[in-house]
Amino acid sequence: MKILQLDNVSKTYNAGSQPLHVLKKVNLEIEKGDFIAIMGPSGSGKSTLMHIAGCLDVPTSGKVIFENKDVSKLSEAELAQIRNKKIGFVFQTFNLIPRTTTLDNVQLPLIYAGVEAEKRRTRARETLEQLGLKERAFHFPNQLSGGEQQRTAIARALINKPSIILADEPTGNLDSKTGKEIIDIFKKLNKEGNTVVLVTHDEQIAKNARKIIRIYDGEIV
Amino acid sequence: MEKLFETLKLAFITLKSNKMRSLLTMLGVIIGVTSVILLIAIGSGLKVYITAQFESIGANILYIMPGEFELGSGEEGGGIQGAGMAASKLTIEQGRDLVQRSTAIKAVMPYTENNATVSYKGKSQTTQAAGVTYEYTKIRDQYPESGSFFTLSQQEAGKKVVILGKTVAEKLFGENDPLGKKVTISENKFTVLGVLPSQGALAGVDTDNQIFIPVTTALTTFDMENIIGFWLQAKDQESIEQAKIEAEEIMLRTLDDDDFSVVDTESLLSVVGQVLGALTVALAGIAAISLIVGGIGIMNIMLVSIAERTKEIGLRKAIGATPKIILIQFLIESVVLSVGGGITGIIIGVLGAALINQFFPAVITFWSILLAFFVSVIIGVIFGVVPAGKAAKLNPIQALRYE
Repeated sequence: MKILQLDNVSKTYNAGSQPLHVLKKVNLEIEKGDFIAIMGPSGSGKSTLMHIAGCLDVPTSGKVIFENKDVSKLSEAELAQIRNKKIGFVFQTFNLIPRTTTLDNVQLPLIYAGVEAEKRRTRARETLEQLGLKERAFHFPNQLSGGEQQRTAIARALINKPSIILADEPTGNLDSKTGKEIIDIFKKLNKEGNTVVLVTHDEQIAKNARKIIRIYDGEIV
Repeated sequence: MEKLFETLKLAFITLKSNKMRSLLTMLGVIIGVTSVILLIAIGSGLKVYITAQFESIGANILYIMPGEFELGSGEEGGGIQGAGMAASKLTIEQGRDLVQRSTAIKAVMPYTENNATVSYKGKSQTTQAAGVTYEYTKIRDQYPESGSFFTLSQQEAGKKVVILGKTVAEKLFGENDPLGKKVTISENKFTVLGVLPSQGALAGVDTDNQIFIPVTTALTTFDMENIIGFWLQAKDQESIEQAKIEAEEIMLRTLDDDDFSVVDTESLLSVVGQVLGALTVALAGIAAISLIVGGIGIMNIMLVSIAERTKEIGLRKAIGATPKIILIQFLIESVVLSVGGGITGIIIGVLGAALINQFFPAVITFWSILLAFFVSVIIGVIFGVVPAGKAAKLNPIQALRYE
């Protein structure tokens, strides 16, 4: 089953006098259960590709079909709802909210989805347990190790049972041993049926994926 | 609903994590609301007090004052205009005319007022000397606590007799009995006939620091030709209007229209009310400026807070917060700040007014509390909407990259 399809997607920024073509007519298909690594040097357009695939941004031209629905012309609020229910993001810098506990960080997407408090907490606990963070539920982000923080972020990405998990350099801020643990989590999640897209510039990390897409100068090569 | 509750909770968590900053931000609103509440309380207290004072003066009373006394509906914006400020052309003889010719007026009392120094055996007291008639006791319903008031014959003969207010009696005689003693007023010896009971103080002014002498004596003692005004007493409540019309007609026989005014207590009260009302509004308006300053403080801190949390806003948007939710989140934060300040200000204001009321009349009005509360809500919304709108419009990708 096709989850995401990019159809001749271009993204152009009007920075200064010359338009900057960040993506040039990119075509991409992601099937359910895929484990894809998107590779490319910095400035290649891989982040922009991920943003468009993750409904954080809309293309200048071309179509983005997410689960048979054209999302390239949707409003910001509509895109926010798709991100909330269908996409799980994992970032290089974890992006946990510092003043709130691990449990509260993990259940945040459910708050925006309007799930009631009791259900939210139960699901957040289950997801934390799945990632071995049961003991850390009431810790604050600054009391967690880098690996624990990233696992919290993965729990947050998983809690709404998304159709696709998008991870942008998820091991970039971690030592190699912890990085490997995180990659192992993604492999396990993929084995359990989740669709995972990993953006990285590290060959060793990319090798773990079942398919590698290389992007260079805004084009898939 | 669920989201709103969570956002409210979140606002409290955020504000609590920056206690000092939140408190300082609220301070502007606290000061503004406190001063608005206090000033309105003092204004209302004064009004209530003065009304009570007027009501205690006695029933069915009218005044004749020199010059023109215009009420609020005057063309030049209202208020008191010129009353009492013009040179008086009123005389005791006009008073006799009033008694003889009118049917609705029961009593007429001409009066004078002079600053005078009363002395007795080396002690002296600066006071107000009121020239009145023997009917004063009846009109004001005030009788000496010791001794007696002067009589009609003493008044007509222009006898040098005096009735002392409580303060004057205490200052000059202390524990001793002043009755029958001779005091000196303006180089003349006066015999003390009586002492009036204490009336208390009005807004810090001692009403017992007064002495009363016959008006005839006052004119010669202070070398005056005219009196300052008349107190008239109508026969009853129903004849006040009639008394006023008659008084005007009678006075016009000897004077021009703009030489005098006949005023009843009610219109006097309405003028006092208007003046105090305008004063209260003006003072509260000045205090309200500090509310605006407080609002600007909130706006400033919200902009700082949003800049600090740009990355957090980006993350929230990435995981599904719509622009509307972000807007509400920050709007609630600024409203919580301003309403927190408002409620604190109301509490301090009410306690402060209760404290002031020990020394000076202050009345807390329900509408001033309601007003203060809604003004603080409105300030939170007005000064929060720009920063919150800015947060809501942030591009999630740029916000996430913000360092």
